[in-house]
Amino acid sequence: MGLETKIGEVLPEVITTQLDALVNWARKSALWPATFGLACCAIEMMAMTDPRNDVARFGAEVFRASPRQADVMIVAGRVSIKMAPVLRRIYDQMPEPKWVISMGVCASAGGVFNNYAIVQGVDKVVPVDIFVPGCPPRPEGLIWAIMKLQEKIEREKVFKEEKNA
Amino acid sequence: MPESIHYPRYADASLVRTKFATTIEEIVEAIGEITIVAKREGLVELMTWLRDEPGLRFNYLSDIGGVDLGEFASPRFAVAYQLYSLEHNHRLRVKVFLEEDDAHLPAMWNVWKASNWLEREIYDMFGVTFDGHPDLRRILMPADYEGHPLRKDFPVKGY
Repeated sequence: MGLETKIGEVLPEVITTQLDALVNWARKSALWPATFGLACCAIEMMAMTDPRNDVARFGAEVFRASPRQADVMIVAGRVSIKMAPVLRRIYDQMPEPKWVISMGVCASAGGVFNNYAIVQGVDKVVPVDIFVPGCPPRPEGLIWAIMKLQEKIEREKVFKEEKNA
Repeated sequence: MPESIHYPRYADASLVRTKFATTIEEIVEAIGEITIVAKREGLVELMTWLRDEPGLRFNYLSDIGGVDLGEFASPRFAVAYQLYSLEHNHRLRVKVFLEEDDAHLPAMWNVWKASNWLEREIYDMFGVTFDGHPDLRRILMPADYEGHPLRKDFPVKGY
């Protein structure tokens, strides 16, 4: 691996690194969430962006109302059976690469709503990367999920087979 | 101050008592509330009269509620119309009991337009059908959903 030193001697302003490290660093540092606020969890999701919690420290403060501009979908709240196709459609509209955070026990496993109307876990509809426990999770909990997701993105390969094919 | 601040105010039952003897089964008065237990036959005429009678004027259909008394009860279902008069500020409840194998009612579309979605909800949740309804589809559950969730024999848990 003498190439880096050679380049460093000739062009000192150039940094050499691995492609995966560079791309993943860029991706994890600007996670734009698609809001999918469905219930009380959405209030905590909004609280995550306020000055006290300030998720901008982790680069995930740019909530997008359009799935075309989003990287990570935060499913915040209970998903009804009637909402499930809408959720899937929003997910399908997001460009790759994309991730999903299932926020709170309702989105993750139905929560107290074990009944006729609520999907018992949003992973029946979309592939979930991070589950956040809590009812609702505190903003810190959701920030923890974003940090976990960043760790996960760091381990990804840029060139790989299609995810969720 | 008005002489009566009792809330909610219910209509004077004596105005209804002498009318529609074949449709009205009984008039129940309890805790200041008045419920007319009616039959399906002549229900639209009764409701139209309740809406138009000058002393009653129930021009506002607040809500329609469904009741399932259990799969072993007979009659099994009940549908309760909550009426309100904006003119007189009084209320009335009209209740109809239905057998399980005969669970249908005339739609109130021509009496109160508000009945449209309320009746769709009763149909969705209890499976009671409404004859002459302009658009009797499910309103809360997905169109391809099976069963009527608020029936007593519908499983409480599970999806």
